[in-house]
Amino acid sequence: MTKVLKINKSTEQGILDLLKFLLEKGKVKGIFTLKKINKDGSVAYSLIAKPDELKYAVPFYPLMPVNAGKLLSRFSLKGSSSKPVAAVVRPCELRGFIELVKREQGSLENIFFISSTCGGVYPIDKSVDGTVEKNLSKYWDAVKKGELPAELRPACRSCEEFIPYAADMTVDLIGNNIDKQCMIFLNTKNGEELTKGMDGELLEKEINKEKIDKFRSKRGAEKKKLFDELDVKMDGMDGLIKIFGKCIGCHGCMRVCPICYCKLCEFESPDSEYKPSNYESDLKKRGGLRVPPGTIYFQLGRLSHISISCVSCGACDDVCPVDIPVAMIFKKVGESVQKMFDYIPGKDVEEDIPLVTFEKEEFAEVEE
Amino acid sequence: MGKDEEFMPKILAFLCNWCSYAGADLAGMSRLKYPPSILPIRVMCSSRVDPLFIIKAYLGGADGVLVAGCHPGDCHYEKGNYYTRRRFVMLKELLKDLGLEPERIRLSWISASEGTRYAKVATEFTEKIKKLGKNSAKNKIFL
Repeated sequence: MTKVLKINKSTEQGILDLLKFLLEKGKVKGIFTLKKINKDGSVAYSLIAKPDELKYAVPFYPLMPVNAGKLLSRFSLKGSSSKPVAAVVRPCELRGFIELVKREQGSLENIFFISSTCGGVYPIDKSVDGTVEKNLSKYWDAVKKGELPAELRPACRSCEEFIPYAADMTVDLIGNNIDKQCMIFLNTKNGEELTKGMDGELLEKEINKEKIDKFRSKRGAEKKKLFDELDVKMDGMDGLIKIFGKCIGCHGCMRVCPICYCKLCEFESPDSEYKPSNYESDLKKRGGLRVPPGTIYFQLGRLSHISISCVSCGACDDVCPVDIPVAMIFKKVGESVQKMFDYIPGKDVEEDIPLVTFEKEEFAEVEE
Repeated sequence: MGKDEEFMPKILAFLCNWCSYAGADLAGMSRLKYPPSILPIRVMCSSRVDPLFIIKAYLGGADGVLVAGCHPGDCHYEKGNYYTRRRFVMLKELLKDLGLEPERIRLSWISASEGTRYAKVATEFTEKIKKLGKNSAKNKIFL
């Protein structure tokens, strides 16, 4: 059983009260959360230090401008904060951050995580045209009923990892009566410490398994549908050429990826630059060449480097200007690669990334 | 190559300095016969082979890619080949998922004293690739 803080207010208000409480009591010095920038619905992650500023905070707003894991990595890359900070993040963002910490690209020290059972988010381009604002009440209605909100990103519609693993507190959103109550699961000692003194009822509970399973199976069905659609297209080299043919080589997917952290990417290094002799030899060999070259190489290369840790946050889909289903491709390949090693990326910071560890007796069948 | 001539694959072989390259050397010194399909590249350890090398070779039109290293437990650097093995598991799965051809890549353990094994692996793998035919990526313009 987990300790639960039940606040008899709407979840939205309950969270804001909690954040305010944390700041006012000095339990944390800053809150990392989404903040409203504009009435049209654009939001950005911000560090908030003054309780007053919290009136612009919109934790769990159904939009992910950037994977917060990537931001927290930048926040803690050069050393951990000396003051405690509470970060309100989605499960996939937290997993992304933990994968980065495993790669020594950040530190968990002095960061407390408040996450939620996640209903998913809208595509980023829906934030600027007002769609998210317009759909907001429909979104929360669906989440409350444990249904899949319409028009979400494919990565979210098909996500089965919507319960955070390493959060200090988990706010129950899916299938919860969020208009009337705010249920905060206190998963760790830190979670309990932080909420001590906060108004509300302390209960002992588990997240309702039945409703979670039901929700997961809906997501699973959606995932199967999306994978099946992808399978038709992802058929060998010709399929890949068709899918990635329209790639403009902006490398946006790589830049927003929480796992791709290299400061100088192999694919952007001078080594990857085509010399006249490369062009000539390719022309001779193939009788033609796509320019810029190396699109499939880039995507396969990125798959080989990060699929083991892909948290399927869908940030790559959000930024792709030519609508290549990058996120679903990475999710599909990622899931099967991760399954080989029985690995859930970002689940546990103590668990090694499968490619940097080994067992002496294993996978004998791969050698021929 | 004339039309009637048999297809001789081009197989890129990454051989580790301490075991497999020496094994290949031994095969040569022992005058063992194996097909002229293998293009060896010596690396200090099989774990030096980034999966990117294999992907690049495959997209560049290599009909097969062989990575060979010391037997598990015998790595000169103690554990390099264990990492290689895991990467291979990952890479094969990745290629399979995309509908590419994991059969075109092969991982083999060949020690410095196994000249005959080297010749056998080279022959076997060449035969297998012959059956698979040419790597179609070789003529693709749109890579």
